[in-house]
Amino acid sequence: MTTEVARNRPPFWRDLRVLRIVLQLLALVGAGVLAYVIWFNLTNNLRAQGIRTDFGFLDQPIGVQIPDSALSRNATVRQAFLVGIKNTLALVVVGLPLLTIIGVVVGVARLSTNWLAAKAAGLFVELLRNLPPLLIIVFVFRAVILQLPPSRAPITPFGWLVISNLRITVPGFEAHDGYPAFQVLMGIALLVVVGAWWWRTRLSDRTGVAHHRVLWSVGLFVSIGVVGFLILDRPFGLSRPSLDGRIVTGGFSGLGGYFAVLIALVIYTASHVAEIVRGSLQAVPKGQTEAAHALALSGFQRLRFVMLPQAMRIALPPVINQYLNFTKNTSLALAVGYAEITTLAFQSIGNGQPAPQVIAMLMLIYLFFSLTISLLVNLVNRRLQVVTR
Amino acid sequence: MTSVDLEPTDAGRHIPAKSPARWVRRNLFRTWYDSSITIGFGVLFAWVLVGIVRFLLTADYTILRRNLALFMLGSFPRDQLHRPAAALLMIALATGLAAGALTAHRREIAAVTGVGYQSSRVIDVVRRFWPVVLLVVVLLALTETITPSLIVVGALGLGLIGVWAGRRIRARFRRLAWAALLVLPFLVYFMLAGFGGVGWRGWGGLHLNLFVTVAGVLLAFPLGLVLALGRKSSLPAVRTLSVAYIEFVRGVPLITLLLMGVFAIGFFLPAGVRPGTVTRVLIAITVFESAYIAEVVRGGLQAVPKGQVEAAQALGMTPWSIMRRIVLPQALRATIPAMVGQFISLFKDTTLVGVVGLPEVLSVAQDVNTQPDFVAQGLERLTLPFAALIFWVGSYTMSREARRLERKLGVGER
Repeated sequence: MTTEVARNRPPFWRDLRVLRIVLQLLALVGAGVLAYVIWFNLTNNLRAQGIRTDFGFLDQPIGVQIPDSALSRNATVRQAFLVGIKNTLALVVVGLPLLTIIGVVVGVARLSTNWLAAKAAGLFVELLRNLPPLLIIVFVFRAVILQLPPSRAPITPFGWLVISNLRITVPGFEAHDGYPAFQVLMGIALLVVVGAWWWRTRLSDRTGVAHHRVLWSVGLFVSIGVVGFLILDRPFGLSRPSLDGRIVTGGFSGLGGYFAVLIALVIYTASHVAEIVRGSLQAVPKGQTEAAHALALSGFQRLRFVMLPQAMRIALPPVINQYLNFTKNTSLALAVGYAEITTLAFQSIGNGQPAPQVIAMLMLIYLFFSLTISLLVNLVNRRLQVVTR
Repeated sequence: MTSVDLEPTDAGRHIPAKSPARWVRRNLFRTWYDSSITIGFGVLFAWVLVGIVRFLLTADYTILRRNLALFMLGSFPRDQLHRPAAALLMIALATGLAAGALTAHRREIAAVTGVGYQSSRVIDVVRRFWPVVLLVVVLLALTETITPSLIVVGALGLGLIGVWAGRRIRARFRRLAWAALLVLPFLVYFMLAGFGGVGWRGWGGLHLNLFVTVAGVLLAFPLGLVLALGRKSSLPAVRTLSVAYIEFVRGVPLITLLLMGVFAIGFFLPAGVRPGTVTRVLIAITVFESAYIAEVVRGGLQAVPKGQVEAAQALGMTPWSIMRRIVLPQALRATIPAMVGQFISLFKDTTLVGVVGLPEVLSVAQDVNTQPDFVAQGLERLTLPFAALIFWVGSYTMSREARRLERKLGVGER
C-alpha cells in the first residue's frame, strides 16, 4: 500500500507537501534577508556617523524644559519619557470617558423623534467625522485657545473657571488629610459590593426572588462612602480655582495644548462613536421591540432589558477600536507642542539623540498601548459572544 | 436625553403630517421635554448661526484671495500655471468620456436584461455633488482674475463633450475609454512635470495632498493584496509574517512611521542613498496604508462564499487560477466601498505630512499667518475653516458616494 502511494506521488515540483515547505522557506528567507540588509545598513551607517547603537542615550540629559513638570533641563531622557507617557495617559484617562458620554448622547439623539435634536446630532456627526483630526486640533489650539485673553489678564467665567491662552483651570478634586484612609475604606467597600453582588445573584438563582443587584451594590457603595466621608471629616473636597494676581491656585489645571488636543480628539472620536451607537441601536431586530411590547414591558424596561443589552454587544468591539484610535491620535499633540511622548521623542531627536532607537522606543510604547487594548477587546468579546450552534 | 424613544420603527424617521402646524406639534413639541429641548437647541442654534453669518459677512478675505494659489498648488512656479490648468482640462475630458461610456454600457445591459434604466439628470447630479459645487463657487469667488473661472467653465464644457462622445463610442472601442482613465495619471504627471515643469518634489498645497493620497493608495495596494492573501494562507510561516506586519503597523500611529521615514530611513538604506522628503513620506505612507488595505481586502476575501471555491475545485481548476478567476474578482468587487473609506481616511491623514515639513494645505493655512501683512491678527479663524472646507467637501462627498455604491453593489446583503 505504502509503496503504491509512493509510486503515485507527483513529481516533487508539483507535490503540495514539498511546495508548502519550499514556499514557507522562501518567505522566511526573504524576510530574513530583508531584516539582515536593514540591520547591516543600520549598524554600518551608525558606526560611520559615530552614533551609538545601544540604548545608553536614555541616561543622557534631555536638554528640554518640559512645561508643567518638576523636571529640569538636566533630567535624563528616561525620566523625560516617563513624564511623556504620563502626559499621554492624562489625555487618554480623561478623554475616553468624556468621548463615550458625548458619543452615546449624540448617537441616541440622532434617533430622537424630536426633529431638531436629531438634525443637530446629525450635523455634529457629519461635520466632525469628515474633518482631519489634526485640523481640528490645530483649529482648537490656534483659532480658539490662542485667541483667548493673555495669561496676565485671564477671564474667570462663572467664577469656576480661570481661562487664559496659556492655561485653563477647571474645578477639580483635592485630597485632604484623611484621603489615604478614605481610599482604603473605598477599597473595602468595593470588596463588600462584589460580595453583595454575588450573594444577591445566588439568592435569586436559588429562590427566584428579585435580585436588585444594582440597587444593592450602588446603595452599599454610596452609604459606605457617605459614612466614611463624615467619619473622616471631609477627606476630599471640590477645589475651585482662584486667581491671585497672575497665579492660579487650586482646581485642575492644564496647558492650552493639553485642552486643545483633548477637546478636539474627544469631539472627533465622539462623532465616530455616535455613528456606531446609532448603527447598533438600529441593528437590533425590530421583532425584539415588538416582542417586548407584546410582553407589556414599559419603555424603560424595553430599553434596559431588550434593546441596550443587544445593542451593546454589537457596539462594543468597534467602540473599543475607536478608543484605540483615540490613543494613537494623541500623538498628533506634536503639532501643538504638548509634551506627551511623541513630542518629547521628536524634541530629543532634535537634541541629537539617535533617531532609530528613539523612534523604535516610541513605536514600542504605542504598540504596548494598542496590544493591551486589543487584548481587552478579545476578552470582552469572548465574554459577550452569544453562544450559538 | 431622557426623552428619546428608541423604537426602531420610529428611528430616525419623523412623523409626516398633513399640515405644517401638525408637523411642528408632532415633531418638535410632542411633550413638555420635547418642547424644552426644541427651545433650548433652537436658541443655541440661532445664536451660533447669527454669529457665524455675521463673521462671514464682515471678514476680510484678503489673506485667502492673495494666497489662493498657495493653498491649491503650493509654490508651483506662477509662470507655469498653464500646466495644472491643462491637467485639469484633461481630467475633465477623461472623466466625462468614462462616465459617458459607463452610461452607454449600463443602458445596453438594461436593454438586454429588460430592466428599465434611468439616466441621471443634471439636477440629480448637482444634488449629489452639492458640496463640490459649493467648494468650486467659493474658490472662484476668491480668485482675483477671470482666468480660473474660464478654466472651470472650459473643464465643465470638456466634461460634457466627453460624456456626449463617451455615449457614442461603439461597444468594441469602449475599452479605450477605460484605458484613457488608466493612463490619465501618467499623462497628468507628464503635463505637470515634463518639458521643464515641476516634478513632485516641488509640489505643495492641495495638489500635494491629492498626490500623496493617490500615490499612497496605488503603491500600497499590491503590498496590501499580498499581505491579505498571506494572512489567509494555510502556510503557518507566511501567515505569521503577514499577521506580525499588519498588527505591528496598525498598532502604531502614522506619525511615528512618518518620523521614522524622515529621520531614520536614511540609516536603513545603503550609504549614499539619500531620498528626498516626499519620497520618504511616500515610503512611510505605503508601509502604513498597506496594512490597512490588507485588512480591507481580507474582509472582501471573507465575503466570498466557500461554495465558490469548492465549485471551482470540483471543476479541476488550479489554486492559482481559482484565486485569479473566481476569488479575487468577487472579493475585490466587495471591497470597493471599504477601499473608498480607506482612501478618505488617507486623504484626511495627509495633513500629517505637514508636521514633518511638507507644504500641504493645513500647514499652508498655518504658515500664511506669518506673512508680514497678516501676522498676529487671529486670521487662523479664517484660514483654518477654509482648509477644513476643502477636506470636508472631499471626504463627505466621497463617503456618500461610497454608501451609494455599497447599496448598489449590494455588499453585505446576502
